[in-house]
Amino acid sequence: MSDTLTAKDFATDQDVRWCPGCGDYSILKQAQSVVAELGRKREEIVFISGIGCSSRFPYYMETYGMHSIHGRATSIASGLKAIRPELDVWIITGDGDSLSIGGNHLIHLLRRNFDVNILLFNNEIYGLTKGQYSPTSPIGTVTKSTPFGALDHAFNPSAVALGADCSFFARTLDRDPKHLKEILKRGNSHPGASLIEIYQNCNVFNDGAFFTFTDKATKSGSTLFVEQGQPMVFGAEREFGIKLDGFKPQVVNLNEGHSLDDLWIHDEHDYMKATLLSRMFDIPSEGGLPRPFGVFYSIERGTYEVALETQVQEATEALGKGDLDKLIAGNSTWEIK
Amino acid sequence: MRMKETQKELKEITILFAGDSGDGMQLTGNEFANTNALFGNDLATFPNFPAEIRAPLGTVAGVSGFQMKFGSTEVFTPGDQADVMVAMNSAGLKSSLHNVRRDGLVIINTSGFDKKNLKLAKYESNPLEDDTLKNYRVFKMDITKLTQETLKDSGLARKDVERSKNMFVLGYLYWMFNRKMDGTIDFLTRKFSSKPEILKANLDVMKAGYHYGDTTETFTSRFEVKKADLPKGKYRSVMGNQATAMGLIAAAQKSGLQLFYGSYPITPASDILHELAKHKNFGVKTFQAEDEIAAITACIGASFGGALATTGSSGPGIALKGEALGLAVMLEIPLVVVNVQRGGPSTGLPTKTEQSDLMQALYGRNGEAQTVIVAPSTPKDAFAIAFEACRLAVEHMMPVMMLSDGYIANGSEPWAFPASADLPAITPKFADPSKYEDKEYLPYKRDENLVREWAIPGMPGLEHRVGGLEKEDLTGNVSYDPDNHEYMVKIRAAKIKKIEDDIPLQAIDQGPEKGKLLVLAWGSPYGAIKTAVRQLLAEGYVVSHAHIKYLNPFPKNLGEVLGNFEQVLIPEINDGQLDILIRNKFLIPSKRLCKIKGLPFTAGEIIEKVKEIY
Repeated sequence: MSDTLTAKDFATDQDVRWCPGCGDYSILKQAQSVVAELGRKREEIVFISGIGCSSRFPYYMETYGMHSIHGRATSIASGLKAIRPELDVWIITGDGDSLSIGGNHLIHLLRRNFDVNILLFNNEIYGLTKGQYSPTSPIGTVTKSTPFGALDHAFNPSAVALGADCSFFARTLDRDPKHLKEILKRGNSHPGASLIEIYQNCNVFNDGAFFTFTDKATKSGSTLFVEQGQPMVFGAEREFGIKLDGFKPQVVNLNEGHSLDDLWIHDEHDYMKATLLSRMFDIPSEGGLPRPFGVFYSIERGTYEVALETQVQEATEALGKGDLDKLIAGNSTWEIK
Repeated sequence: MRMKETQKELKEITILFAGDSGDGMQLTGNEFANTNALFGNDLATFPNFPAEIRAPLGTVAGVSGFQMKFGSTEVFTPGDQADVMVAMNSAGLKSSLHNVRRDGLVIINTSGFDKKNLKLAKYESNPLEDDTLKNYRVFKMDITKLTQETLKDSGLARKDVERSKNMFVLGYLYWMFNRKMDGTIDFLTRKFSSKPEILKANLDVMKAGYHYGDTTETFTSRFEVKKADLPKGKYRSVMGNQATAMGLIAAAQKSGLQLFYGSYPITPASDILHELAKHKNFGVKTFQAEDEIAAITACIGASFGGALATTGSSGPGIALKGEALGLAVMLEIPLVVVNVQRGGPSTGLPTKTEQSDLMQALYGRNGEAQTVIVAPSTPKDAFAIAFEACRLAVEHMMPVMMLSDGYIANGSEPWAFPASADLPAITPKFADPSKYEDKEYLPYKRDENLVREWAIPGMPGLEHRVGGLEKEDLTGNVSYDPDNHEYMVKIRAAKIKKIEDDIPLQAIDQGPEKGKLLVLAWGSPYGAIKTAVRQLLAEGYVVSHAHIKYLNPFPKNLGEVLGNFEQVLIPEINDGQLDILIRNKFLIPSKRLCKIKGLPFTAGEIIEKVKEIY
């Protein structure tokens, strides 16, 4: 019975082949646990991936799955969802897969708002091809393909998503399984496209890219976990807060004359505020604001697949169920006797 | 005083319209064709228009042409040379006069020959005054002025008045060929139902054109083209892209599958998308994707989900779809890809026809990645071939490429259409979950035709993973095993070869089964070859015609058919692609006739070549 399925029931007989210590293991574990808790039948769940380390993911999920081609998981999922709206469709992608080669499909999926979950494993590197810089690598990143440093300005995935009018964006980390699981659940329950950016450590080619946000010493001062309706507080002693000065977020010290009432209250339904959150993107150790995690933005708007289905129904009501013989005969015929 | 009117009976007439792309030549041509079709003529049309939506007015580059042949006999091409030409302006005359036969009739709109128009068309002297037209019969009328005169009390803007001048021509031709205006009256009434004043203007001008012919003394002979002696049955007029779209819908209905058409707009394939988008009441889901790659990959997703997934494009778009097509080959799922070919390479000649994507269809992907390839030979044939492409894709779990082209796509002809009941059923190879214990299902287990079962999401216990990495036989698990890879490459090829048993044998279309010379071809040259071979046979030449609709795999008797002839001539609108395949496979010294001008063959070109090598 589906309601008794556990995370184990979603593991396959395939050996998991990521490098030891890869952040992907944590994400797999949480995903298996989440789909088990959601109580959907295995046959109603589909995992679709592109190309990259993360894209081996579907082989390890005992559901329907497709390990497709580079950058196209989003468009494959769009076609599947268009004809099978009832399925629970998950897209597994990476920073290269979804923001470089598949950038176009990602933004179009977001604007169309298919009801799918997109797990974007962001490790700021090309791992599978053994270490080239990715579209999320910061300027100056030294890799095999950029021995003198990367020249490209990096993509900010949250800004890309909001720019494409996404209906849901959240950021989480491989090294915070509790938060990761919570966000996966939130994303799955969102009726529309949910883009979840997961900071994922590639311990072979880009080890420590996110240590600022995961190391005990620096974590509390450099991360801000936002919660709906709650003031934005961070710090080891939760002694700091974010206050809005007009459109400018500022760090204030709650022990030095500021109270919780002064702080920015997180409202994930507010697009303008979500864009401000997405712009909190400078490196905290270099004087930047803390990096936000959690659900930045979540609104409900119609999904493409429902609109498509509705259009088919309305056309059928207006024109009558299609009659093949009438279609083939067309508007004017003649007979030769 | 009225001169005595005579009626001249003709078996067939080729007529050519040429004017500015804003002159409504395509609409005029199509309406004239529809009326003749309704009357009972056989016919074939050839629209020829510029790629630019609004090419510079009055220039040769901006000429929109429409050629058609109609007759009381069977008609297979839009005609080699025109018997009648309508030139709406100087540029129209300049672009197309060479396509009019000696002593042909040229109808001139004199207002298109003022100083400005002559200059735009780059005429140094006025062709109406010099000897440009000395070998033709010329009939001049000021169509613009006659239209303005007709509508002087209509209160319409000058622009709207000018726009209806094509209706004057149409009315005039209806008089000239003794046709009723009813069909066009119905068409206009539907088209302008929300614009009664425009409707009235168009009807008035058309009638004025008709009466002008009837009452003026200028012209003395009318043409009589009687009904064609076509096989009994119900007919309609159909264009190639329209027939393709209907073939896809019919296949969805006959297979019980949901039709999904993912496509990105591209000339000359977009009309398939337009047509399908109208028929959502058949459960058709059309998806205008963000690019060519999204179009085909959305199809792959839809096919994975159990739909009849179809996409359409032209050469440049097919190039972009290559990698995804390879994925479909690997996944072994049904997928139909329609390539409405146009002149290439690169952007090439978007509005002109060519058959130069055969090699792309066969080899245009990385790896050993064959697909089935089928090709219609005429506009109406596109229905049957689109249906057949779907049948093969669904029943053999395989991507199928259909090679149409611009000439088929936009051409039209009468079609003795089938009843839906007479179309064969298509049987999807769905897996039956009740036959399997949990995890027992093997995604790459095959039946006697090497076809795997289609297990789609929602089927309990058949959960499995597929992908672009090489598959292990039976399990479909990722495999880098050398022997397995070679085995899988061979089995994918063998699966295509098995299709030989599921397609008709190659037949001879015309001429003896054995003999001196076989004209072998595929796709849109059909009509020109049919006409040419018919004439050659009448002249006593021993010549035959075979037309290939299945290009991969070939019909299994093709080698035998070729062996029955001393010589094989292969005419193609490319640089010899089928010829390369035939030589490679059958090791015969076939001969080529290549035309790469963005234009279809004329029957005359085929006849000339046959006589040369005979």
